Amino acid sequence: MTRVSMKVDGVEYEDEVEPRTLLVHHLREHLGKVGTVVGCDTSNCGACTVLMSDPEGRQQGVKSCSVLAVQADGREITTIEGLSGPDRTLHPVQRAFHQAHGLQCGFCTPGMIMAAVDLLAENPDPSEAEIREGLEGNLCRCTGYQNIVRAVREASAEIRGSGGGAEPAPPSQRAGEAQTPDSGLPREDVPDETIPQPVP
Amino acid sequence: MTTTEVGSARRRKEDARLITGRTTWTENVTLPGMLHLAILRSPMAHARITSIDVSPALETKGVVAAFSGRDVADVQGALPCAWPVTEDMVHPDRPPIAVDEVKFMGEAVAVVAARSRAAALDAVAAIDVDYEPLPAVLDMEAALADGADLVHADKGTNRGYTWVFDSGEAGTGGDAGAAIDDAEVVIRRRYVQQRLIPAFMEPRSVVVDPTGDVYSIWSATQIPHILRFLIAAVTGTPEHKVRVIAPDVGGGFGGKLQVTPEELIAFVAAKRLGRPVKYTESRSESLVSAHHGRDVIQDLELAARRDGTVTGLRVKLMANMGAYMGLVGPGVPILGAFMYNAIYKFPAYRFECSGVFTNTTITDAYRGAGRPEATYAIERLMDELAVELGLDPMEVRRRNWIKAEEFPFTTVCGLQYDSGDYDKATDRAMELLGYADLRKEQQARRESGDSVQLGIGISTYTEMCGLAPSRVLGSLRYGAGGWETASVRMLPTGKVEVVTGTSPHGQGHETAWSQIVADQLGVPFDDVEVLHGDTRTSYKGLDTYGSRSLAVGGIALYNACQKVLDKAKPIAAHMLECDPADLEFTGGQFRVRGNPDGGKSLADCALAVFAAHDLPDGIEPTLDADAVYDPVNFSFPHGTHLCATEVDTETGRVTIRKYVAVDDVGRVINPLIVEGQVHGGIAQGIAQALFEEAVYDADGNLMTGTLVDYTLPTAADLPSFVTDRTESPAPDHPLGTKGVGEAGTIASTPAVVNAIVDALRPMGVNDIAMPCTPERVWRAVQGGAA
Amino acid sequence: MIPPSFDYAAPTTVDEAVSTLRDAGEDAKVIAGGQSLLPLLRMRFAAPSTLVDLGGVDELRHVREDGDAIVIGAMVTHARVLRDPLVKEHLPLLAQATSTVADRQIRHRGTFAGSLAHADPAGDLPAVALVLGAEMEIVGPNGRRVVPAGEFFVDYLESVVAPDEVLVSVRVPKQGSWVGRYEKFNRVAQGWALVGVAAMVRRENGAVAEARVGLTNMGSTPLRASAAEAALAGADSPDAVGAAAARAAADTRPSDDMLASADYRRHLAGVLTKRAVAGLV
Repeated sequence: MTRVSMKVDGVEYEDEVEPRTLLVHHLREHLGKVGTVVGCDTSNCGACTVLMSDPEGRQQGVKSCSVLAVQADGREITTIEGLSGPDRTLHPVQRAFHQAHGLQCGFCTPGMIMAAVDLLAENPDPSEAEIREGLEGNLCRCTGYQNIVRAVREASAEIRGSGGGAEPAPPSQRAGEAQTPDSGLPREDVPDETIPQPVP
Repeated sequence: MTTTEVGSARRRKEDARLITGRTTWTENVTLPGMLHLAILRSPMAHARITSIDVSPALETKGVVAAFSGRDVADVQGALPCAWPVTEDMVHPDRPPIAVDEVKFMGEAVAVVAARSRAAALDAVAAIDVDYEPLPAVLDMEAALADGADLVHADKGTNRGYTWVFDSGEAGTGGDAGAAIDDAEVVIRRRYVQQRLIPAFMEPRSVVVDPTGDVYSIWSATQIPHILRFLIAAVTGTPEHKVRVIAPDVGGGFGGKLQVTPEELIAFVAAKRLGRPVKYTESRSESLVSAHHGRDVIQDLELAARRDGTVTGLRVKLMANMGAYMGLVGPGVPILGAFMYNAIYKFPAYRFECSGVFTNTTITDAYRGAGRPEATYAIERLMDELAVELGLDPMEVRRRNWIKAEEFPFTTVCGLQYDSGDYDKATDRAMELLGYADLRKEQQARRESGDSVQLGIGISTYTEMCGLAPSRVLGSLRYGAGGWETASVRMLPTGKVEVVTGTSPHGQGHETAWSQIVADQLGVPFDDVEVLHGDTRTSYKGLDTYGSRSLAVGGIALYNACQKVLDKAKPIAAHMLECDPADLEFTGGQFRVRGNPDGGKSLADCALAVFAAHDLPDGIEPTLDADAVYDPVNFSFPHGTHLCATEVDTETGRVTIRKYVAVDDVGRVINPLIVEGQVHGGIAQGIAQALFEEAVYDADGNLMTGTLVDYTLPTAADLPSFVTDRTESPAPDHPLGTKGVGEAGTIASTPAVVNAIVDALRPMGVNDIAMPCTPERVWRAVQGGAA
Repeated sequence: MIPPSFDYAAPTTVDEAVSTLRDAGEDAKVIAGGQSLLPLLRMRFAAPSTLVDLGGVDELRHVREDGDAIVIGAMVTHARVLRDPLVKEHLPLLAQATSTVADRQIRHRGTFAGSLAHADPAGDLPAVALVLGAEMEIVGPNGRRVVPAGEFFVDYLESVVAPDEVLVSVRVPKQGSWVGRYEKFNRVAQGWALVGVAAMVRRENGAVAEARVGLTNMGSTPLRASAAEAALAGADSPDAVGAAAARAAADTRPSDDMLASADYRRHLAGVLTKRAVAGLV
């Protein structure tokens, strides 16, 4: 067993782990952080993505199934469960995934959101192509990615505080101009309701 | 009835727990004293187990138990098949753990229970098994030949069944053979639906907790109700002692429409050990052992007149069942049988399908289940017919399809299509694509010999969904009905609990069901809670698959709401001191007709029945109501999908330049959810066309056993889709809704392949096998040019 | 899946790492970013007795200028390569090729040196290291040695680094007047390269004066396409480039597997070489 200490979602933890313990299993099984999930064994799916500090303290998206817990010794980690603010206000990316219907079954969502947060930290105003490429390490089987891309653009606009005025409309919004009763886009007359918060 | 909620793009209730990481997946369930299971799986496709010794596993640290199939042969039962499609279908018993013989790679051969997952995995690696290889049966045609090696030697054949529909014999149409013999033009083709893997993102997981004589089973399943019934039936456990919980389930696509060996293994282990157990598969286990989809060879003959009028169609299929019959696997091609005539007025049709055993993972339902295969075949054939006749491919379709004024239309299969307008959807799709301009560009690229060629693919589809009228299922020898249930419970404060028999795993039922209830009962959207997936609260239901939940379960819910209103009305009348006949229910209030003031809401009635101090004589103090809806017909969504592809003839790379989908799924409850279903469906259909294939080598080893090799498309591999809708309400029920879950997958595969073939047609290419990988496309270009 | 058990050592100096490796025997394995190794461990395709983690060896984190070269330490990640100003200025080919490696998350952990030491012929950077003329600095019980990239790759997943040695840094000559481009061809965005081509060109008077072409996944090691390189010298038109590039696969024996046939790989090598070079002249 090897002693590891790490700060996860703002809390310091110190534990004994087998060296072979994957970071994701340490998070889930020892620290109870079951919001981060495992979807594959070859680091393709990205469902386990969390932010982890590098030696210079820079928070970066990593696949927690491909990091040993012992490699995370001394590092700071943010999971999906630590993304919202201290009063549990949602992160803009979380909010945008809800608003843009960027999730269906929700299994890829924690990793997808963390990957998007990581992408926007490096590139606050990504194009559609940059978003698609930036999320190439995360698989989703439900959404066809379109509303995920839309969510990331909306989050990007919100984070930048521009309201997204300069953004070219994504293709689905062109369909929104269709003359049919409702072409599937959020309607103007539906308010953006407050998202119910989970009980702590 | 007010309609403020239905039709609005409500953001989903489900999201809050999913975007914060605070939901319950089965793998998150941890119980005191729980043991972890690991499964040793066969490395061989077909072999006799000559010896197996689990004792080294028992010597490993942390191991509590280890057993082989032989050890539990008497108690493990056999996996069920609910759809014996013919009376004489061959249905070999499938043990959850192989006993003497393994019949596909990945089949369970031994199980270890240990204190930790790591310990269980270490111990599994220590188990000694000796195998004596047997010949692996892999090729369907070879399997059906005389003298073939057999998957099940005791059955004497690899043919599981042969199922036939003939419109001449059924009296629903003419003789397809005669039509082909007499035809001016016959198009003959063989198409291959490659084997696919559903690849839901959440690996399957099961927890079984034996407490007293009750077994609580958490499972990542689409079918908690069916699972409960069949666990009871297979293991001899009284049904009321089995509780199944499907918590949040991370996708299914048909892949979790199964009673699995792993579920039975966990049940048997928990029963033997008297302790809770958990098994969660790794992705590589999932890819080899969760059921696969498609894998059908289609031989097709389409007869037509020179003017493009189709006169008959004959379809002969070989469908790969894998090593055993899955839960509904034999029926999957039969679901497609009624769809080969698609949206067209074919006068004669014959369909024949043989289910074939091979030493491979079983196949079963995968998004669309039979209907994508049918749609692919006919939409590819219609393009080939157009080329043969020198006609525009859309024009050939128009000449054959059912016109809007002809609905309801009884097809050559005897199905009655409920509603639709194929011209309208098609016109809209052509406009959105810019069809004419792209044809011009295509011509220009052809003339200039551009290394990047442009193609346009058409897919005009319909499907039958909303499974299903019970009588029809009975006539097809399916083992259950097709009804669905809903319960509405009025709480004293006016809040509403809905219990549904559907089992969502990404479809957003909690949101859509709340919208329906809010409108029907005049309560706020947020005042509705939808309960599902736990047989303690939802004791009855037929679960979620086949685009049935809204089209069947939604109607049950609507009917339950009407019953609540019927119960509330005399109570409201009593409070308002009027005759119930004078009341109307508007804006969430019972009011005396013509008097806009002083009504009573449903909440008022709920409180009144809670107190029950002053109710009319003979009134039961409850507003709660149950409804079971058995659909009178399938529903038939339709649409037109158009795909423009660029094909790099130097490398064979296909790039989708524009994809337009105009779908008609009837009336829409939540357009945001519908759009999401369409997007995801299209992506999976494109994946079949371009990316995915489960590949076995000559020895029956699955070569695509990880996500490195089974290539799911990423965001960077797909375009944005342009979507729109037309709306032809379903006439058979008050909501007017049809299904949408599978539509995109059914439509998109032929649209993409038609586009690729269209791009390369001048080079002499008339087909490319799926998936249309760059190499296959490049080879087609080489072959065509030569 | 969970890796098999192993012992773990976290040295803080190169010397300590080497002595740990020597003591641990030949089943010990070095881990840097671990992005290639961890999937292998999880699938139990590898079962080292000891993992020697270079993560705590701070002296391996440098990117520094050394005369006409840039020296990149063994713990420098792909992400660091991508944002490093020295790489950007002097090794734009390395930066561009690195941006095609795997995905963002893996680039945050995976290291340049590690992807060379892993010696996967389908990896993108070995071919790039070849054409850049990189030199590998290796430290072992017998001291330091320097091996040019052309002699570094031995076979599939095998380099000259011995079990008790550590690849400590890679010295990459500045591109100077050479321009470069990496062309990668995969089936899906996260797929390995079916074939990749790293091309470098020195131009004179609108023609190719000199060219270097490195091939990914065209054999059991990364290769130089010397026939194409020779033919490219002097090419002064798209047709000439195309004709020369068509020789890229000469004398190669690429794998014939489920992902692609050998024929197709040979064909792709030519097309990608043409495209890479055409983008440079």
